[in-house]
Amino acid sequence: MKKLLLLVLALAVVSGAWAQTTVEFWHAMTGKNGDMVQALADKFNASQKDYKVQPVYKGSYSDTMNAGIAAFRAGQAPAIIQVYEVGTATMMAAKGAVKPVYQLMAENNEKFDPKVYIPTITGYYSTSDGKMLSLPFNSSTAVMYYNKDAFKKAGLDPEKAPATWPEFFDYAKKLKASGMEGGFSTNWISWIQLENFAAWHNLPFGTRKNGFDGLDTQLIFNSPLVLRHLQTIYDLSKDGTFIYGGRENKANPLFSSGKVAMHFESIGGYANFKNTCKFDFGVARLPYYPDMLGAPQNSIIGGASLWVLNGKTKAEYKAVADFFAFISLPENQAFWHQNTGYLPITTAAYELTKAQGFYKDNPGPEVAIKQLLNKAPTGNSMGIRFGNFNIIREIEDQTWEDILAGKISVKDGLDKMVKDGNKTLREFERLNK
Amino acid sequence: MSKQYEFKTKGLPYLLVLPQMVIVFIFFFWPSAQAIWQSFFLQDPFGGRIIFVGFENYLKLFQDPDYWASFTVSVAFAVAVSLSSMAIALFLAVQTNKKIRLGSFYKTMLIWPYAVATMVAGVLWLFMFNPNVGVIAWVLKYKLGVEWNHLLKSNQAFLLLTLAASWKQISYNFVFFLAGLQSVPAALIEAAAIDGASPVKRFWKIIFPLLSPTTFYLMVMNLVYGFFETFPIVHQVTAGGPGKSTQILVYKVWRDGVINLDLGGSSAQSVVLMIMVIGLTIIQFRFIERKVTY
Repeated sequence: MKKLLLLVLALAVVSGAWAQTTVEFWHAMTGKNGDMVQALADKFNASQKDYKVQPVYKGSYSDTMNAGIAAFRAGQAPAIIQVYEVGTATMMAAKGAVKPVYQLMAENNEKFDPKVYIPTITGYYSTSDGKMLSLPFNSSTAVMYYNKDAFKKAGLDPEKAPATWPEFFDYAKKLKASGMEGGFSTNWISWIQLENFAAWHNLPFGTRKNGFDGLDTQLIFNSPLVLRHLQTIYDLSKDGTFIYGGRENKANPLFSSGKVAMHFESIGGYANFKNTCKFDFGVARLPYYPDMLGAPQNSIIGGASLWVLNGKTKAEYKAVADFFAFISLPENQAFWHQNTGYLPITTAAYELTKAQGFYKDNPGPEVAIKQLLNKAPTGNSMGIRFGNFNIIREIEDQTWEDILAGKISVKDGLDKMVKDGNKTLREFERLNK
Repeated sequence: MSKQYEFKTKGLPYLLVLPQMVIVFIFFFWPSAQAIWQSFFLQDPFGGRIIFVGFENYLKLFQDPDYWASFTVSVAFAVAVSLSSMAIALFLAVQTNKKIRLGSFYKTMLIWPYAVATMVAGVLWLFMFNPNVGVIAWVLKYKLGVEWNHLLKSNQAFLLLTLAASWKQISYNFVFFLAGLQSVPAALIEAAAIDGASPVKRFWKIIFPLLSPTTFYLMVMNLVYGFFETFPIVHQVTAGGPGKSTQILVYKVWRDGVINLDLGGSSAQSVVLMIMVIGLTIIQFRFIERKVTY
């Protein structure tokens, strides 16, 4: 009997030593991007024997976040969860629920040098003194797309996109006059025309370094320049030079169907336009107002990052730390970047991709990276960190529609966005103080 | 006249309804109780911090002009959907109930849209009316001179939602009206015809009153549909826009709770909705079922 017990014990020890630690990775990537998440996990799992990362698709960004929250409350949280940029402040404020990445890496003695990462990308997910809280995963930034064929038809140089906003509006009028239905459109009014616009002109979007330095931040983007910008777009909407195509990325068909010749969209939409546009198009930097000192500064990112949840075992954390180190390697970042269109998070991966000649056929993504690296980020261009950020963007979307419909003036609308947005910031502060 | 069976043992009837009660408890009473409980708190989504605020969530709701706007648009929407889908369904039912060629073909075709999922119905209508690429939007603009842009014009957005939501509901109403019409005794109509009543008069004086149980039943069902089940259509077609002009109550609850993670405020809204459903149910059982004779 004793012998049998010993045997069982010995077996248990042996199998225990051989048991793989499996960690779940909940994400919101679909289609090809979803396959690439799986491919990264497969590569990692094949590279060693001790740990296994298992990606699980959980639906849209908000579905994934909600699933993570519900699972955490039920004590069944995954080790890694992908959270979109608007959820960043909520995750940060959830003390006791998340394990900061810098801490995770230090505890597991991982070689971890925050300096190898592109500062504009990691800055978005770090404390203001540079401690990385979550690992940037899929990052993009806003760029301008323009229809080269339409440029030729309107007598404009297809290799020279307008660099400044006055030039841009002038081009838009000419393009419309050349027989197009409209001149330009834009996606993501909040992310592109307000948040990125402010960063690109080195203007504060909110106080306290856009919220990085504290919950008592206030929105202050109703500045004269933003008013001038939105007023110009509104005026151009009157004769159809600007066409509104809907919230989020719903304006894309306006560009791909050739109704407008210039359009603002995430670089993440590059592959999609390559598939859907039946004309030659180019990617250019965001325009700027030349009378603003310091413009252009650098644009900011959107996308999602990977958060590590609390309450896991040592082995599980080791697995996560190894996985994070693995996906940060230049070759893996370059693989992800070239296959998904999202930006690489390290400069080494960018250099590697350049050396591989990828940008010769795909000049678009390089424009986006250069735009991010244009200057060292300032307090106005590190990123945006607000609680209830979703509600703030929703207020901006709704008010922008009311402005375009003529229900409220541009100035009053802009002031309303700031006032209502600040109200939700105070609610978040009250709850998370 | 009622057929009642008396159980010999006292425990058995309770045992028999137990499975049903367990289901009702788990899927209705428990979440409802949670919603009521949560509506008195502010809490962060991860449940780390919880602040008791009493009736603040409710006060905030009732003092918010947006909430009242949402309330008004929900009522208008439910009424518009109910009236239009019932009127059209009744008209179609009367027409197909006549002895016409291909009658059963029409009947089958008219029932079909009910098989389309609400979400898909929304997508279909959105495709046709998309101001930038939609077929009907194109015809409206270039052939009829109507500037269709439901992305910015609230009236058009409301109209489009009503169309999409009614279209699906017509099939449902059609089936009930058709069944109702077929149970109207032919002898009554023939007698009226012999007395010289015109077809219109026959309809309003005989058929319509005899249909009243069906009509009232459908009225309640359609209002419930308009209020609570049209969420997927709003979600697909307008997402509450332009501005907040088509943000109906159920859509607002979902947005505030699931997307914006305001659990307290969203729970308070659910409780208000719950009271409304209870109200509608009482109206149905108390007044309509009693007054309307079958």
